[in-house]
Amino acid sequence: MEIFFQQVVSGLATGGIYGSVALALVMIYQATDVVNYAQGEMAMFSTYLAWTLLNAGVPYWWAFFGTLVISFVGGVLIERVVIRPVENKPILTIVIVCIGLLVILNSVAGWIYSYIQKPFPSPFPPRPIMLGTVVFGAHDLGAIGVTLVVLAFLYAFFRFTTLGLAMRAAAQNPVSSRLCGIRVGWMLAIGWGLAAMVGAVAGMMVAPIVFLDPNMMAGILIYAFASATLGGFTSPGGAVVGGLIVGVIENLVGTYVHFIGTELKLTVALAMILIVLVFKPSGLFGRAAVHRV
Amino acid sequence: MVLLEARGLEAQYGWTKVLHGIDFAVEEGGITTILGANGAGKTTTLRAVCGMVRTAGEIRFAGQRINGRATEDLVRLGIGHAPEGRGTFVNLTVEENLRLGAYARGGGRSVAQDLERVYGYFPMLAQRKKQPGGTLSGGEQQMLAVARALMLRPRLLLLDEPSLGLAPLVVREIFRIVRTINRDERVSVLLVEQNASVALGLAQHAYLMETGRVVMSGPAAELRQNDAIRRAYLGY
Repeated sequence: MEIFFQQVVSGLATGGIYGSVALALVMIYQATDVVNYAQGEMAMFSTYLAWTLLNAGVPYWWAFFGTLVISFVGGVLIERVVIRPVENKPILTIVIVCIGLLVILNSVAGWIYSYIQKPFPSPFPPRPIMLGTVVFGAHDLGAIGVTLVVLAFLYAFFRFTTLGLAMRAAAQNPVSSRLCGIRVGWMLAIGWGLAAMVGAVAGMMVAPIVFLDPNMMAGILIYAFASATLGGFTSPGGAVVGGLIVGVIENLVGTYVHFIGTELKLTVALAMILIVLVFKPSGLFGRAAVHRV
Repeated sequence: MVLLEARGLEAQYGWTKVLHGIDFAVEEGGITTILGANGAGKTTTLRAVCGMVRTAGEIRFAGQRINGRATEDLVRLGIGHAPEGRGTFVNLTVEENLRLGAYARGGGRSVAQDLERVYGYFPMLAQRKKQPGGTLSGGEQQMLAVARALMLRPRLLLLDEPSLGLAPLVVREIFRIVRTINRDERVSVLLVEQNASVALGLAQHAYLMETGRVVMSGPAAELRQNDAIRRAYLGY
Protein backbone atom coordinates (compact mmCIF):
# COMPACT_ATOMS: atom_id res chain seq x y z
CA MET A 1 0.00 0.00 0.00
CA GLU A 2 2.87 2.37 0.78
CA ILE A 3 4.36 1.71 -2.60
CA PHE A 4 1.00 2.47 -4.11
CA PHE A 5 0.71 5.87 -2.40
CA GLN A 6 4.27 6.71 -3.20
CA GLN A 7 3.70 5.90 -6.86
CA VAL A 8 0.53 7.99 -6.83
CA VAL A 9 2.33 11.01 -5.38
CA SER A 10 5.29 10.83 -7.72
CA GLY A 11 2.73 10.32 -10.51
CA LEU A 12 1.00 13.50 -9.40
CA ALA A 13 4.34 15.33 -9.44
CA THR A 14 5.26 14.37 -13.00
CA GLY A 15 1.56 14.69 -13.86
CA GLY A 16 1.67 18.29 -12.69
CA ILE A 17 4.46 18.92 -15.17
CA TYR A 18 2.58 17.20 -17.99
CA GLY A 19 -0.39 19.29 -16.94
CA SER A 20 1.63 22.52 -17.19
CA VAL A 21 2.82 21.75 -20.69
CA ALA A 22 -0.71 20.63 -21.60
CA LEU A 23 -1.99 23.91 -20.20
CA ALA A 24 0.38 25.82 -22.46
CA LEU A 25 -0.79 23.76 -25.45
CA VAL A 26 -4.44 24.36 -24.60
CA MET A 27 -3.94 28.10 -24.14
CA ILE A 28 -2.47 28.50 -27.60
CA TYR A 29 -5.02 26.12 -29.09
CA GLN A 30 -7.89 28.07 -27.59
CA ALA A 31 -6.53 31.43 -28.59
CA THR A 32 -5.47 30.55 -32.12
CA ASP A 33 -6.71 27.05 -33.06
CA VAL A 34 -3.08 26.04 -33.46
CA VAL A 35 -1.55 23.01 -31.78
CA ASN A 36 1.92 24.26 -30.97
CA TYR A 37 4.24 21.31 -31.59
CA ALA A 38 7.18 23.51 -30.60
CA GLN A 39 5.80 24.04 -27.08
CA GLY A 40 8.17 21.48 -25.55
CA GLU A 41 11.25 22.92 -27.23
CA MET A 42 10.23 26.44 -26.20
CA ALA A 43 10.09 25.20 -22.61
CA MET A 44 13.45 23.49 -22.98
CA PHE A 45 15.00 26.68 -24.34
CA SER A 46 13.55 28.69 -21.45
CA THR A 47 15.08 26.21 -19.04
CA TYR A 48 18.50 26.73 -20.64
CA LEU A 49 18.03 30.47 -20.15
CA ALA A 50 17.33 29.82 -16.47
CA TRP A 51 20.43 27.63 -16.33
CA THR A 52 22.51 30.43 -17.86
CA LEU A 53 21.21 32.91 -15.29
CA LEU A 54 21.86 30.48 -12.44
CA ASN A 55 25.38 29.83 -13.73
CA ALA A 56 25.99 33.57 -13.74
CA GLY A 57 25.31 33.50 -10.03
CA VAL A 58 21.73 34.85 -10.01
CA PRO A 59 19.79 33.54 -6.97
CA TYR A 60 17.23 30.83 -7.82
CA TRP A 61 13.95 32.76 -7.56
CA TRP A 62 15.39 35.81 -9.35
CA ALA A 63 16.48 33.50 -12.14
CA PHE A 64 13.06 31.81 -12.07
CA PHE A 65 11.05 35.00 -12.49
CA GLY A 66 13.63 36.50 -14.84
CA THR A 67 13.22 33.46 -17.05
CA LEU A 68 9.44 33.90 -16.99
CA VAL A 69 9.76 37.48 -18.20
CA ILE A 70 12.23 36.58 -20.96
CA SER A 71 10.07 33.63 -22.00
CA PHE A 72 7.01 35.85 -22.22
CA VAL A 73 8.83 38.28 -24.49
CA GLY A 74 10.23 35.37 -26.50
CA GLY A 75 6.77 33.84 -26.93
CA VAL A 76 5.34 37.17 -28.11
CA LEU A 77 8.23 37.58 -30.57
CA ILE A 78 7.79 34.06 -31.96
CA GLU A 79 4.10 34.76 -32.59
CA ARG A 80 4.79 38.12 -34.23
CA VAL A 81 7.71 37.00 -36.37
CA VAL A 82 7.10 33.34 -37.20
CA ILE A 83 3.39 32.59 -36.75
CA ARG A 84 1.80 35.89 -37.81
CA PRO A 85 2.83 35.63 -41.48
CA VAL A 86 1.09 32.24 -41.79
CA GLU A 87 -1.84 33.05 -39.49
CA ASN A 88 -4.52 32.73 -42.17
CA LYS A 89 -2.87 29.92 -44.10
CA PRO A 90 -4.19 26.34 -44.03
CA ILE A 91 -3.67 24.47 -40.78
CA LEU A 92 -1.06 22.20 -42.36
CA THR A 93 1.15 25.20 -43.11
CA ILE A 94 1.02 26.29 -39.48
CA VAL A 95 1.76 22.76 -38.26
CA ILE A 96 4.82 22.60 -40.50
CA VAL A 97 5.99 26.02 -39.29
CA CYS A 98 5.65 24.80 -35.69
CA ILE A 99 7.62 21.66 -36.45
CA GLY A 100 10.26 23.79 -38.14
CA LEU A 101 10.41 25.92 -35.01
CA LEU A 102 10.82 22.75 -32.95
CA VAL A 103 13.79 21.60 -35.00
CA ILE A 104 15.39 25.03 -35.00
CA LEU A 105 15.08 25.55 -31.23
CA ASN A 106 16.39 22.04 -30.61
CA SER A 107 19.42 22.50 -32.86
CA VAL A 108 20.20 26.00 -31.62
CA ALA A 109 20.08 24.78 -28.02
CA GLY A 110 22.38 21.89 -28.94
CA TRP A 111 24.73 24.24 -30.77
CA ILE A 112 24.94 26.73 -27.89
CA TYR A 113 24.82 24.39 -24.92
CA SER A 114 25.86 21.01 -26.44
CA TYR A 115 23.87 17.80 -26.08
CA ILE A 116 25.55 16.78 -22.83
CA GLN A 117 23.11 16.44 -19.95
CA LYS A 118 23.40 19.10 -17.28
CA PRO A 119 22.14 18.94 -13.71
CA PHE A 120 19.52 21.56 -12.88
CA PRO A 121 18.83 22.61 -9.29
CA SER A 122 15.53 22.29 -7.51
CA PRO A 123 14.36 25.21 -5.36
CA PHE A 124 13.06 22.73 -2.79
CA PRO A 125 15.13 21.08 -0.08
CA PRO A 126 16.59 17.67 -0.97
CA ARG A 127 15.39 15.96 2.20
CA PRO A 128 12.27 13.82 1.88
CA ILE A 129 9.05 14.66 3.65
CA MET A 130 7.29 11.99 5.75
CA LEU A 131 3.51 11.88 5.80
CA GLY A 132 2.63 8.96 8.06
CA THR A 133 4.70 6.09 6.78
CA VAL A 134 4.88 7.33 3.22
CA VAL A 135 7.93 9.24 1.99
CA PHE A 136 7.55 12.07 -0.46
CA GLY A 137 10.25 13.96 -2.31
CA ALA A 138 10.07 17.66 -1.46
CA HIS A 139 10.59 18.46 -5.13
CA ASP A 140 7.60 16.32 -6.08
CA LEU A 141 5.32 18.14 -3.67
CA GLY A 142 6.84 21.49 -4.66
CA ALA A 143 6.25 20.83 -8.37
CA ILE A 144 2.60 20.00 -7.70
CA GLY A 145 2.29 23.20 -5.66
CA VAL A 146 3.91 25.33 -8.36
CA THR A 147 1.60 23.86 -11.01
CA LEU A 148 -1.44 24.67 -8.91
CA VAL A 149 -0.21 28.22 -8.30
CA VAL A 150 0.28 28.72 -12.05
CA LEU A 151 -3.21 27.39 -12.71
CA ALA A 152 -4.74 29.65 -10.07
CA PHE A 153 -2.87 32.65 -11.46
CA LEU A 154 -4.06 31.96 -15.00
CA TYR A 155 -7.61 31.33 -13.83
CA ALA A 156 -7.67 34.66 -11.99
CA PHE A 157 -6.09 36.42 -14.97
CA PHE A 158 -8.64 35.14 -17.50
CA ARG A 159 -11.58 35.39 -15.15
CA PHE A 160 -11.09 38.74 -13.44
CA THR A 161 -8.96 41.03 -15.59
CA THR A 162 -10.11 43.07 -18.56
CA LEU A 163 -7.13 41.90 -20.60
CA GLY A 164 -8.00 38.27 -19.83
CA LEU A 165 -11.59 38.89 -20.88
CA ALA A 166 -10.42 40.55 -24.09
CA MET A 167 -8.20 37.55 -24.84
CA ARG A 168 -11.08 35.14 -24.38
CA ALA A 169 -13.24 37.34 -26.60
CA ALA A 170 -10.57 37.55 -29.30
CA ALA A 171 -10.24 33.75 -29.35
CA GLN A 172 -13.98 33.27 -29.64
CA ASN A 173 -15.13 35.91 -32.03
CA PRO A 174 -12.39 37.99 -33.69
CA VAL A 175 -14.80 40.07 -35.77
CA SER A 176 -16.92 41.17 -32.84
CA SER A 177 -13.77 41.73 -30.83
CA ARG A 178 -12.45 44.20 -33.39
CA LEU A 179 -15.77 46.01 -33.23
CA CYS A 180 -15.19 46.35 -29.48
CA GLY A 181 -11.78 47.86 -30.19
CA ILE A 182 -9.75 44.81 -29.18
CA ARG A 183 -6.46 44.45 -31.06
CA VAL A 184 -6.91 40.78 -31.85
CA GLY A 185 -3.42 40.21 -33.24
CA TRP A 186 -1.84 41.39 -30.00
CA MET A 187 -4.14 39.23 -27.93
CA LEU A 188 -2.88 36.18 -29.84
CA ALA A 189 0.71 37.29 -29.30
CA ILE A 190 0.11 37.73 -25.57
CA GLY A 191 -1.44 34.24 -25.56
CA TRP A 192 1.81 32.85 -27.00
CA GLY A 193 3.78 34.81 -24.43
CA LEU A 194 1.75 33.38 -21.56
CA ALA A 195 2.04 29.88 -22.97
CA ALA A 196 5.80 30.30 -23.21
CA MET A 197 5.81 31.35 -19.55
CA VAL A 198 3.78 28.34 -18.46
CA GLY A 199 6.07 26.11 -20.49
CA ALA A 200 9.10 27.69 -18.82
CA VAL A 201 7.69 26.82 -15.40
CA ALA A 202 7.19 23.23 -16.53
CA GLY A 203 10.72 23.07 -17.91
CA MET A 204 12.29 24.39 -14.71
CA MET A 205 10.24 21.95 -12.63
CA VAL A 206 11.05 18.90 -14.77
CA ALA A 207 14.75 19.60 -15.36
CA PRO A 208 15.82 18.61 -11.81
CA ILE A 209 14.17 15.20 -12.41
CA VAL A 210 15.18 14.36 -15.98
CA PHE A 211 18.33 16.56 -16.24
CA LEU A 212 18.71 19.35 -18.72
CA ASP A 213 19.40 18.49 -22.36
CA PRO A 214 17.98 19.67 -25.65
CA ASN A 215 15.78 16.58 -26.00
CA MET A 216 14.43 16.58 -22.47
CA MET A 217 10.92 17.68 -23.47
CA ALA A 218 10.40 15.23 -26.33
CA GLY A 219 8.74 12.52 -24.23
CA ILE A 220 7.04 15.03 -21.99
CA LEU A 221 5.38 16.70 -24.96
CA ILE A 222 3.76 13.37 -25.87
CA TYR A 223 2.47 12.97 -22.31
CA ALA A 224 1.26 16.56 -22.49
CA PHE A 225 -0.65 15.76 -25.68
CA ALA A 226 -2.20 12.79 -23.90
CA SER A 227 -3.11 15.06 -20.98
CA ALA A 228 -4.64 17.76 -23.14
CA THR A 229 -6.55 15.18 -25.16
CA LEU A 230 -7.80 13.46 -22.03
CA GLY A 231 -8.80 16.67 -20.27
CA GLY A 232 -10.12 18.23 -23.45
CA PHE A 233 -8.32 20.69 -25.71
CA THR A 234 -10.97 23.29 -24.89
CA SER A 235 -10.54 23.14 -21.11
CA PRO A 236 -7.49 24.65 -19.32
CA GLY A 237 -8.49 23.10 -15.99
CA GLY A 238 -9.14 19.82 -17.76
CA ALA A 239 -5.61 19.88 -19.19
CA VAL A 240 -4.12 20.03 -15.70
CA VAL A 241 -6.44 17.34 -14.33
CA GLY A 242 -5.68 15.29 -17.44
CA GLY A 243 -1.97 15.74 -16.72
CA LEU A 244 -2.36 14.50 -13.15
CA ILE A 245 -4.38 11.47 -14.31
CA VAL A 246 -1.86 10.66 -17.05
CA GLY A 247 1.03 10.98 -14.58
CA VAL A 248 -0.60 8.67 -12.05
CA ILE A 249 -1.73 6.08 -14.61
CA GLU A 250 1.70 6.10 -16.23
CA ASN A 251 3.36 5.43 -12.87
CA LEU A 252 0.92 2.80 -11.66
CA VAL A 253 0.92 0.92 -14.94
CA GLY A 254 4.73 1.05 -14.98
CA THR A 255 4.85 -0.38 -11.45
CA TYR A 256 2.13 -2.98 -11.49
CA VAL A 257 1.89 -4.17 -15.07
CA HIS A 258 5.15 -5.99 -15.42
CA PHE A 259 5.53 -6.31 -19.16
CA ILE A 260 5.22 -2.53 -19.48
CA GLY A 261 7.85 -1.49 -16.94
CA THR A 262 9.72 1.68 -17.86
CA GLU A 263 10.35 0.77 -21.49
CA LEU A 264 6.76 0.82 -22.69
CA LYS A 265 5.51 3.74 -20.55
CA LEU A 266 5.41 6.14 -23.47
CA THR A 267 3.23 3.68 -25.34
CA VAL A 268 0.71 4.01 -22.52
CA ALA A 269 0.42 7.73 -23.29
CA LEU A 270 -0.09 7.07 -26.99
CA ALA A 271 -2.65 4.38 -26.22
CA MET A 272 -4.51 6.85 -24.01
CA ILE A 273 -4.59 9.44 -26.79
CA LEU A 274 -6.04 6.81 -29.10
CA ILE A 275 -8.65 5.59 -26.62
CA VAL A 276 -9.84 9.11 -25.79
CA LEU A 277 -10.04 10.12 -29.44
CA VAL A 278 -12.11 7.03 -30.28
CA PHE A 279 -14.50 7.08 -27.35
CA LYS A 280 -14.70 10.72 -26.20
CA PRO A 281 -13.00 12.99 -28.72
CA SER A 282 -13.84 16.16 -26.79
CA GLY A 283 -12.05 14.84 -23.69
CA LEU A 284 -13.36 14.60 -20.14
CA PHE A 285 -13.99 18.30 -19.60
CA GLY A 286 -13.97 19.68 -23.12
CA ARG A 287 -16.80 21.00 -25.18
CA ALA A 288 -17.48 19.32 -28.48
CA ALA A 289 -16.50 21.73 -31.22
CA VAL A 290 -19.58 23.02 -32.96
CA HIS A 291 -19.10 24.75 -36.26
CA ARG A 292 -21.87 26.54 -38.03
CA VAL A 293 -21.95 25.45 -41.64
CA MET B 1 -23.73 69.57 -38.76
CA VAL B 2 -22.83 66.45 -40.67
CA LEU B 3 -21.24 63.75 -38.48
CA LEU B 4 -20.61 61.06 -41.07
CA GLU B 5 -20.29 61.65 -44.77
CA ALA B 6 -19.46 59.32 -47.64
CA ARG B 7 -18.57 60.50 -51.15
CA GLY B 8 -18.13 58.19 -54.11
CA LEU B 9 -17.75 55.29 -51.68
CA GLU B 10 -16.77 52.02 -53.32
CA ALA B 11 -16.15 48.71 -51.63
CA GLN B 12 -15.10 45.29 -52.81
CA TYR B 13 -14.68 41.75 -51.57
CA GLY B 14 -11.75 40.23 -53.44
CA TRP B 15 -12.38 41.13 -57.08
CA THR B 16 -16.09 41.68 -56.67
CA LYS B 17 -17.16 45.28 -56.36
CA VAL B 18 -20.18 45.61 -54.10
CA LEU B 19 -20.58 49.38 -53.73
CA HIS B 20 -20.37 51.47 -56.88
CA GLY B 21 -19.69 54.97 -55.61
CA ILE B 22 -22.40 55.94 -53.15
CA ASP B 23 -22.95 59.26 -51.37
CA PHE B 24 -24.71 59.63 -48.05
CA ALA B 25 -24.57 61.70 -44.88
CA VAL B 26 -25.65 61.30 -41.26
CA GLU B 27 -26.59 64.47 -39.39
CA GLU B 28 -25.21 64.88 -35.87
CA GLY B 29 -27.98 63.95 -33.46
CA GLY B 30 -30.17 62.54 -36.22
CA ILE B 31 -31.36 59.15 -37.34
CA THR B 32 -30.60 58.19 -40.92
CA THR B 33 -31.70 54.98 -42.55
CA ILE B 34 -30.47 53.06 -45.54
CA LEU B 35 -33.16 50.83 -47.04
CA GLY B 36 -32.84 48.11 -49.58
CA ALA B 37 -33.44 44.48 -50.38
CA ASN B 38 -31.04 41.62 -49.70
CA GLY B 39 -27.79 42.12 -51.59
CA ALA B 40 -28.27 45.84 -52.11
CA GLY B 41 -25.02 46.59 -50.26
CA LYS B 42 -26.43 47.87 -46.97
CA THR B 43 -24.31 45.72 -44.68
CA THR B 44 -21.25 46.40 -46.82
CA THR B 45 -21.88 50.12 -46.39
CA LEU B 46 -21.68 49.75 -42.60
CA ARG B 47 -18.61 47.54 -42.93
CA ALA B 48 -16.98 50.18 -45.09
CA VAL B 49 -17.60 52.80 -42.41
CA CYS B 50 -15.97 50.49 -39.84
CA GLY B 51 -12.95 49.65 -41.96
CA MET B 52 -13.94 46.01 -42.36
CA VAL B 53 -13.74 45.97 -46.18
CA ARG B 54 -11.44 47.51 -48.76
CA THR B 55 -12.80 50.83 -49.90
CA ALA B 56 -12.21 53.60 -52.37
CA GLY B 57 -13.70 57.07 -52.33
CA GLU B 58 -14.01 59.10 -49.19
CA ILE B 59 -15.55 58.68 -45.75
CA ARG B 60 -15.39 61.49 -43.23
CA PHE B 61 -16.30 61.24 -39.58
CA ALA B 62 -16.52 64.46 -37.57
CA GLY B 63 -14.51 66.16 -40.29
CA GLN B 64 -11.63 63.65 -40.39
CA ARG B 65 -11.00 61.35 -43.31
CA ILE B 66 -11.26 57.80 -41.94
CA ASN B 67 -10.75 55.55 -44.98
CA GLY B 68 -8.26 52.76 -44.51
CA ARG B 69 -8.09 53.08 -40.73
CA ALA B 70 -8.22 49.92 -38.65
CA THR B 71 -11.57 48.94 -37.17
CA GLU B 72 -10.06 49.03 -33.66
CA ASP B 73 -9.07 52.67 -34.11
CA LEU B 74 -12.42 53.72 -35.56
CA VAL B 75 -14.13 52.29 -32.49
CA ARG B 76 -12.00 54.62 -30.41
CA LEU B 77 -13.38 57.61 -32.36
CA GLY B 78 -16.82 56.69 -31.02
CA ILE B 79 -18.36 54.51 -33.72
CA GLY B 80 -20.42 51.76 -32.11
CA HIS B 81 -21.58 48.95 -34.39
CA ALA B 82 -24.31 46.41 -33.67
CA PRO B 83 -23.34 44.12 -36.56
CA GLU B 84 -25.17 41.79 -38.88
CA GLY B 85 -25.81 38.50 -37.07
CA ARG B 86 -25.59 40.34 -33.72
CA GLY B 87 -21.96 39.36 -33.04
CA THR B 88 -22.70 37.79 -29.64
CA PHE B 89 -19.81 36.26 -27.71
CA VAL B 90 -21.81 33.10 -27.17
CA ASN B 91 -19.66 31.53 -24.44
CA LEU B 92 -19.24 34.71 -22.41
CA THR B 93 -21.87 35.91 -19.98
CA VAL B 94 -24.19 38.76 -20.83
CA GLU B 95 -22.31 41.04 -18.45
CA GLU B 96 -18.95 40.07 -19.96
CA ASN B 97 -20.38 40.83 -23.41
CA LEU B 98 -21.33 44.27 -22.17
CA ARG B 99 -17.99 44.91 -20.48
CA LEU B 100 -16.29 44.18 -23.80
CA GLY B 101 -18.38 46.94 -25.34
CA ALA B 102 -16.61 49.40 -23.04
CA TYR B 103 -13.15 47.90 -23.71
CA ALA B 104 -12.01 50.66 -26.06
CA ARG B 105 -12.78 53.32 -23.45
CA GLY B 106 -10.53 51.73 -20.87
CA GLY B 107 -11.95 50.40 -17.65
CA GLY B 108 -12.60 52.10 -14.37
CA ARG B 109 -15.68 52.96 -12.41
CA SER B 110 -17.49 54.44 -15.40
CA VAL B 111 -18.03 50.90 -16.71
CA ALA B 112 -20.19 50.10 -13.69
CA GLN B 113 -22.20 53.26 -14.33
CA ASP B 114 -22.68 52.33 -17.95
CA LEU B 115 -23.81 48.84 -17.01
CA GLU B 116 -26.51 50.43 -14.86
CA ARG B 117 -27.41 52.74 -17.72
CA VAL B 118 -27.87 49.99 -20.32
CA TYR B 119 -29.63 47.71 -17.83
CA GLY B 120 -32.03 50.61 -17.41
CA TYR B 121 -32.82 50.49 -21.13
CA PHE B 122 -32.86 46.68 -21.25
CA PRO B 123 -34.03 45.34 -17.86
CA MET B 124 -34.20 41.86 -19.38
CA LEU B 125 -30.39 41.86 -19.78
CA ALA B 126 -29.97 42.61 -16.08
CA GLN B 127 -31.98 39.50 -15.23
CA ARG B 128 -29.80 37.42 -17.53
CA LYS B 129 -26.42 38.95 -16.75
CA LYS B 130 -24.79 35.71 -15.52
CA GLN B 131 -26.11 33.69 -18.45
CA PRO B 132 -23.94 32.85 -21.49
CA GLY B 133 -24.79 35.14 -24.39
CA GLY B 134 -25.50 32.16 -26.62
CA THR B 135 -28.45 31.08 -24.47
CA LEU B 136 -30.40 34.27 -25.21
CA SER B 137 -33.21 34.33 -27.75
CA GLY B 138 -32.77 36.17 -31.05
CA GLY B 139 -34.51 39.30 -29.78
CA GLU B 140 -32.52 39.29 -26.56
CA GLN B 141 -29.27 38.90 -28.49
CA GLN B 142 -30.26 41.86 -30.66
CA MET B 143 -30.81 43.91 -27.53
CA LEU B 144 -27.45 42.70 -26.25
CA ALA B 145 -25.81 43.84 -29.50
CA VAL B 146 -27.32 47.32 -29.19
CA ALA B 147 -26.47 47.47 -25.48
CA ARG B 148 -22.88 46.39 -26.17
CA ALA B 149 -22.50 49.16 -28.74
CA LEU B 150 -23.94 51.66 -26.22
CA MET B 151 -21.32 50.67 -23.63
CA LEU B 152 -18.83 52.50 -25.86
CA ARG B 153 -20.74 55.78 -25.27
CA PRO B 154 -20.69 56.17 -29.04
CA ARG B 155 -21.19 59.36 -31.00
CA LEU B 156 -22.50 57.31 -33.88
CA LEU B 157 -24.44 54.07 -33.56
CA LEU B 158 -24.52 51.75 -36.56
CA LEU B 159 -27.42 49.29 -36.52
CA ASP B 160 -27.48 46.46 -39.03
CA GLU B 161 -31.04 45.18 -39.55
CA PRO B 162 -32.05 45.03 -35.91
CA SER B 163 -35.52 43.81 -36.95
CA LEU B 164 -34.29 40.73 -38.83
CA GLY B 165 -36.10 37.58 -37.76
CA LEU B 166 -37.77 39.15 -34.73
CA ALA B 167 -41.41 39.25 -33.66
CA PRO B 168 -43.14 42.58 -34.38
CA LEU B 169 -43.53 43.34 -30.66
CA VAL B 170 -39.82 42.87 -30.03
CA VAL B 171 -38.99 45.02 -33.05
CA ARG B 172 -41.22 47.77 -31.74
CA GLU B 173 -39.51 47.57 -28.33
CA ILE B 174 -36.02 47.81 -29.82
CA PHE B 175 -36.95 50.75 -32.01
CA ARG B 176 -38.57 52.52 -29.08
CA ILE B 177 -35.30 52.21 -27.15
CA VAL B 178 -33.22 53.42 -30.11
CA ARG B 179 -35.45 56.47 -30.33
CA THR B 180 -35.00 57.13 -26.59
CA ILE B 181 -31.24 56.80 -26.81
CA ASN B 182 -31.12 59.13 -29.78
CA ARG B 183 -33.29 61.71 -28.03
CA ASP B 184 -31.82 61.55 -24.51
CA GLU B 185 -28.16 60.91 -25.25
CA ARG B 186 -27.93 62.69 -28.59
CA VAL B 187 -26.38 59.58 -30.16
CA SER B 188 -26.54 59.80 -33.94
CA VAL B 189 -27.85 56.66 -35.61
CA LEU B 190 -27.24 55.07 -38.99
CA LEU B 191 -29.82 52.34 -39.38
CA VAL B 192 -29.74 49.77 -42.15
CA GLU B 193 -33.07 48.03 -42.70
CA GLN B 194 -35.19 45.92 -44.99
CA ASN B 195 -38.23 46.67 -42.89
CA ALA B 196 -38.99 50.01 -44.52
CA SER B 197 -42.12 50.82 -42.56
CA VAL B 198 -40.49 50.81 -39.10
CA ALA B 199 -37.29 52.41 -40.38
CA LEU B 200 -39.10 55.27 -42.10
CA GLY B 201 -41.16 55.79 -38.94
CA LEU B 202 -37.98 56.29 -36.92
CA ALA B 203 -35.58 58.11 -39.25
CA GLN B 204 -35.54 61.73 -40.38
CA HIS B 205 -33.60 61.00 -43.52
CA ALA B 206 -33.56 57.94 -45.75
CA TYR B 207 -31.59 56.46 -48.64
CA LEU B 208 -32.74 53.64 -50.86
CA MET B 209 -30.11 51.27 -52.23
CA GLU B 210 -30.28 48.80 -55.10
CA THR B 211 -27.35 46.61 -56.19
CA GLY B 212 -24.67 48.80 -54.72
CA ARG B 213 -26.05 52.19 -55.72
CA VAL B 214 -28.18 54.81 -53.99
CA VAL B 215 -31.25 55.13 -56.20
CA MET B 216 -33.28 57.54 -54.12
CA SER B 217 -32.86 59.73 -51.07
CA GLY B 218 -34.71 62.37 -49.12
CA PRO B 219 -36.59 63.12 -45.92
CA ALA B 220 -38.16 59.95 -44.51
CA ALA B 221 -41.64 61.43 -44.61
CA GLU B 222 -41.25 62.10 -48.34
CA LEU B 223 -40.01 58.60 -49.13
CA ARG B 224 -42.95 57.15 -47.26
CA GLN B 225 -45.29 58.97 -49.64
CA ASN B 226 -43.40 57.85 -52.72
CA ASP B 227 -45.50 55.47 -54.79
CA ALA B 228 -42.62 53.28 -55.96
CA ILE B 229 -41.33 52.79 -52.43
CA ARG B 230 -44.80 52.16 -51.11
CA ARG B 231 -45.44 49.41 -53.61
CA ALA B 232 -42.01 47.78 -53.45
CA TYR B 233 -41.10 48.10 -49.77
CA LEU B 234 -44.16 49.01 -47.75
CA GLY B 235 -46.60 46.72 -49.53
CA TYR B 236 -49.75 48.82 -49.90
